[in-house]
Amino acid sequence: MSTPLAGPEPLIDVHAHFYHAHAGREDWHALNAARLRAGERIGITWHVASVLGSYGFTSPTYFPSPEDVTLGNDEMLRLCDAEHRRVRMFVTVNPNYTAHAIAEIERCVARGAIGVKLLASRRADDPLLDAIAELAGERGLPVLHHVWQHRRREWPSQEISDGADLARLAARHPRTTFILAHLGGGGDWAHTYAAIADHPNILPDVSGSGVDRGMLDQALDALGPSRLLWGCDLTMCTGLAKLRALEVIGLDAEWMRAIRWENAARIFPEGAFPNIRPSTAGSRPSAGADGSGAEGRAPRAVR
Amino acid sequence: MIDVAALIGPYPFRYVPHPDPEVLVRVLEREGLDGAWVGHLPSAFYRDPTPGNAALYTALLPFAGVLAPVPAVRPDWPGWERALDDAVRAGAPAVRIYPPQWGLGPHDAAARALVRRCGELGLVVLLTVRFEDLRQRHPLDVAGDLTAAAIRTLARESDRTRIVVSAAGRETIEEVHWGLTPDEQSRLFWDISWIWGPPEDHLAKLLRTVGAARFVYGTGWPMRLTQTPRSNLDLLPDDLVGVRLTDAREIAAAARGAATAGGHGARA
Repeated sequence: MSTPLAGPEPLIDVHAHFYHAHAGREDWHALNAARLRAGERIGITWHVASVLGSYGFTSPTYFPSPEDVTLGNDEMLRLCDAEHRRVRMFVTVNPNYTAHAIAEIERCVARGAIGVKLLASRRADDPLLDAIAELAGERGLPVLHHVWQHRRREWPSQEISDGADLARLAARHPRTTFILAHLGGGGDWAHTYAAIADHPNILPDVSGSGVDRGMLDQALDALGPSRLLWGCDLTMCTGLAKLRALEVIGLDAEWMRAIRWENAARIFPEGAFPNIRPSTAGSRPSAGADGSGAEGRAPRAVR
Repeated sequence: MIDVAALIGPYPFRYVPHPDPEVLVRVLEREGLDGAWVGHLPSAFYRDPTPGNAALYTALLPFAGVLAPVPAVRPDWPGWERALDDAVRAGAPAVRIYPPQWGLGPHDAAARALVRRCGELGLVVLLTVRFEDLRQRHPLDVAGDLTAAAIRTLARESDRTRIVVSAAGRETIEEVHWGLTPDEQSRLFWDISWIWGPPEDHLAKLLRTVGAARFVYGTGWPMRLTQTPRSNLDLLPDDLVGVRLTDAREIAAAARGAATAGGHGARA
């Protein structure tokens, strides 16, 4: 196989999705194959993925019924079994069905899930999420929370949260790690940096279709490279572009490694990524609550 | 290959790092691009873009041969015909128009007249669907995206005018393309800056259905990462690896040829 486009170093996509036969799309298998094909070409070592119920086919994507939550998680478990060398799983839950959510976390973690996926079924700072955040903290499971960067109004089809909403939840659960979803996924990312800068247990992923110049620079300035996670979500071309942009920015090898995989290896349960050597995973810098993780960064180059 | 969708100058609604021509030249070199068609970003938001065009011509002078000016011409502003003549004299391959930002509807008579005149002068018309994702726009930025209906109208206006559309997504491209005759389609081009790659593979699907000849290379710099279109091409499925897009210089040459063939009003 030729050298991956993103180079041979480990690379973890912390924000991936797969489809299944009950998601209302005939091309679901081709979509999954396309993600794995592009992952090989980019050089993605691990896709950490979730299935969002039936993706709207039998209940709304962001408000999945308990039956669809279970269905989707079962499909994700099946995919993990089939692709156990490159796919790991977030267990998706709907906090409005708290008991079901807790049971799903227990069931899927027992079968290998390494994180929890929260959609937009309930605002992030709602007390209903506390039991889930608490359990995730106890088990060392990061919570990937769907976020709209700076919500200025209600948007249809979701009870959307932004960085400020997630920050309130994170403040109540300092031992739990939260992944703030897709900085490039819509909305004003600059608002997010200000909202979460003082919450070191929130790590944004850089996924999403947005490729604004300045987005990565300002993230590094506000949060430091020890708090950024690499990911693609629904557009893998933009994921590769951001990785290339980070290289051009001039991050040294240590910080590139942190964003590519070490930060992820730090926040997921030990052994989640068995083919990545723990000796290097233990050498990364720690996150700074004041965003001071950016010190030592190389000067910015032109992008 | 040429980047058809580069700009210089600041953006009114957020900070954009160093949007300067000397920086753009270095970026193009790094990306392996031969040059760029360059517009003046603030002019899209000026009532009268004339001063912006003057600034653009001046700023690009030291980089002639690499950066080609693409001035903004507002067709409902008195004297727009002179602005086109200025563009020809300055060697511009194209002019930019921004119907949403200037409040021009999809069937605006002035915009259609400008398209016709550009065909006579051998100027390509460059349209921009959007600068930013709708979901992140400033509360004052209420122009909305350029619609498929507006693009169809302009594409049907003249059999001499070449049009390049920047920052359109799959749905807009398909809605316009299949709403035109093959002859009309042949004069319309799309940059790939806002078309998604895998897993949905919109770019691959469009290259197979609409055809690679309809697409050009565009980045959206300085608003967007220049690495995006290259990454998208690098991730095409095996049957499309090495696919050839149309070089914008070929479009400009065709526009000049059509103007010459059309007789009056053509530039030398």
